[in-house]
Amino acid sequence: MSVFATEAPALKTPLLQINDLTKHFALNGGFLGRAAGVVRAVDGVSFDVAGGETLGIVGESGCGKSTTARLLVDLIRPDSGQVVIDGRLVGVDMSVREMRRHMQMVFQDSYASLNPRMTMEDAIAFGPMVNGESKARALGLAHELLAKVGLEPVRFAGRYPHELSGGQRQRVNIARALAFSPKIVILDEAVSALDKSVEAQVLNLLADLKSELNLTYIFISHDLNVVRHISDRVMVMYLGQVVEIGPVNSLYAQPAHPYTRALLGAMPSMDPDRRTMEAPLAGDPPNPINPPTGCRFHTRCKFAAEVCSQSQPIQHILADARHYAACHAYTPGSGHPGLGMSS
Amino acid sequence: MTQPLVDVRDLFVTFHGERTVHAVNGVSLTLQAGETLSILGESGSGKSVTLKTLLRLLPEKRTRIEGGVRVRGVDVTTLSGRSLADHRGGVVSMIFQDPMLALDPVYTIGEQIAEAVMRHEGVSRAAGRVRALEALTRVRIPSPERRLNAYPHEMSGGMRQRAMIALAIACRPKLLLADEPTTALDATVQIQILLLLRELQQEFGMGMIFVTHDIGVAVEVSDRIAVMYAGQIVETGSLREVISAPQHPYTRGLLAANLHGAAKGERLSAIPGAPPALNEAPTACPFAPRCPSKIDVCERILPPVVRLGPERYVRCVHAAAVASPA
Repeated sequence: MSVFATEAPALKTPLLQINDLTKHFALNGGFLGRAAGVVRAVDGVSFDVAGGETLGIVGESGCGKSTTARLLVDLIRPDSGQVVIDGRLVGVDMSVREMRRHMQMVFQDSYASLNPRMTMEDAIAFGPMVNGESKARALGLAHELLAKVGLEPVRFAGRYPHELSGGQRQRVNIARALAFSPKIVILDEAVSALDKSVEAQVLNLLADLKSELNLTYIFISHDLNVVRHISDRVMVMYLGQVVEIGPVNSLYAQPAHPYTRALLGAMPSMDPDRRTMEAPLAGDPPNPINPPTGCRFHTRCKFAAEVCSQSQPIQHILADARHYAACHAYTPGSGHPGLGMSS
Repeated sequence: MTQPLVDVRDLFVTFHGERTVHAVNGVSLTLQAGETLSILGESGSGKSVTLKTLLRLLPEKRTRIEGGVRVRGVDVTTLSGRSLADHRGGVVSMIFQDPMLALDPVYTIGEQIAEAVMRHEGVSRAAGRVRALEALTRVRIPSPERRLNAYPHEMSGGMRQRAMIALAIACRPKLLLADEPTTALDATVQIQILLLLRELQQEFGMGMIFVTHDIGVAVEVSDRIAVMYAGQIVETGSLREVISAPQHPYTRGLLAANLHGAAKGERLSAIPGAPPALNEAPTACPFAPRCPSKIDVCERILPPVVRLGPERYVRCVHAAAVASPA
C-alpha cells in the first residue's frame, strides 16, 4: 500500500526506510478469553531517514511514537511492515542481531536502563564482550567511550548506577549505545527526565557526538522546543499514524495539518504580554482502542467535513517538496472545502 | 498596607533521617490575596517542600521547621488537631501532579467532593452533592451529572485533573497551592488546565502559588516569579522583570537553557555541573561552583539579599553593585 499521493523527488537511497509498519495489540479480558478489543498502536507508518540527519518524532501519549521506536529495533515484533537499512531488508538481507549493531536506542529512564549490580565500565563493555570482543579490549573501549561522553574514566569507570546523577547516568547510556559504532541512534525521550540545565548539557553532547561520529538520530520527544532545536525534519503522529512530516523550519513556520497547528498552538507562551487566550483543542486525545473512523483526528478537528469521518486521508505533498500532510483539505476532489485562511 | 494572605519569614526546613537534608535555607515570601506567584526551580531546589510547609504536609517526626509561616495572620506551624484540619482544604487547598494519588480510588468523585464540603461547612450530604455538581460544572467536566458517580479510574488523565481541581476549589479556599499540576499532561491538555486555573483564580479571587520547573508554564499563569536554587529564593520579581531582565546568573542560565526561540543547531549555553547535595546548610553562595560570574567572595560568604525595587529581590553579590547607585 502506498501512502504517498505523489512520488517523492528522487534522492539517493536513504539510510533507513520504514514501510507500512503496523502493530496492533489485542486486549484480553473479553468473553471466554476472546480479545476484547484492539489497540491500534502503530497503523501503517512509513518514513525515511537520510544518513547524517536527525528526525524528530512528536505527538501526545498514545500516538505510537515510542512503539514505533521499539518496532524499529525489534524490541516488539511488528505485525507487518519493513525496516530497510542501507537498502538491506531487516530479517531477509540482514539479521536482527546485525540490525541492532547499526541501530541502538537510549531510553527515558536512565536508572532502569542500567543494571544496578554492574559498574559503568562493565555495563558499557557487556555488549561488545557478548559479541566476541576480549575483556581487555572491551574495557579499553568502555574507558574511551566514557571519556567521549564527558565522564572521566578514572572517576566513573568503577561506579554503580546509584552513585551517579541522572545526567551522568544518561551519558553512560549514550556511551553504551555507541559501543557498536552504530549508524543510527534512537533517543526515546532521552532528555525528558533531566532538569533543564542538565538537559542543555546532554543536548550539546549529542550534537558533538553526531558531528564527530557522523551519526543519524531519531529523536522522540513531547517537548516541541527541544525537537525544534535538534531536528532537521520532524514527524508528527496522532493515534498510531503519521499526520505530517517535513523539514523543521517549514513544519514549525507553516504547519499544515490541523493537529500540528493545535500542538504548536498549545505551547506555553514565553511572552508575558502574549499569553495564550484560548486552548486550541478541547478534551483529551481519544483512546487508541477502536480509534475514530476516517481521519482519526476528525472528532477534535474544527475543520472536519463529511469526508473526514468516511475515508482515511492520504499523505499529500505540500509547497516544500519534502513536506507532507495527511489531511483531506489538501487533496483536490476529496470533497473537503479546505482550511480557509484561518489557522 | 493590608495583611498579606501568605507571609513566610526566614523559613528553614531540615529533614533528619538516615542523612540530614537542608531542603529550605532561609526562604521569605509574601503573597497578596488574588495574586499568583510561581516558584520556579529544578528538582531538589526546595520548591515543593516550601509549598507543603504551608499545608504542614511534611512528615512531623523527621522534619524540623524554623521560621514564620503565616496564612491570613495565622501561624501555620502551631496548628494541630481540629484547627489544622480546618486549615487544610478550608483555607488552603492543594492540587498535585498525579491526580490518581490525590483522589481516593474507592469512592466516586461526587462522594469525595461532597464529603469535603460536609466536613468544612457542616452541610447535609444532599447539599454536599449539589455543591459537588456545581464544582464539576465549574471545571467544565463534560456531562458532570454522570461524572458525579464515576470512580477516578473511569476518567481520562485530563478529566481526573479537572476532578481534583473541583475537589480543591469546592470549599472556596483563599489560597490554592499547585504542585506541578500540568507536568504529566499532554501539551494540548496542559494548556486547557492552565487556562482553567487562571480563570478560577480570577473568578474566586484566590491567591495561588504555582510550583513548576517549566518557565513557559509560569509565564502563562503568574503575576510574580520566585526562582529557587538549593533551598533559597535567588531571585524574585514581577513576571516581566524576571523574564525580560533576569539579574541572577542562575536565572539567566535557566532562561538560556529553556530553548524557547533557540536557533536550530546553535550551541546551548548550558550551566555546567549539577546542583549541590544539601547535606549541610550553605555557608557560601550555593551556585558559585557553577557560576560564570563567580568572584572570590562568592565562595566565602552567603550573598546578601539585595532589594532592587518593590517586590524585586536578588540574592547575589553582583546585584549589590547594580543596586547601590539607586
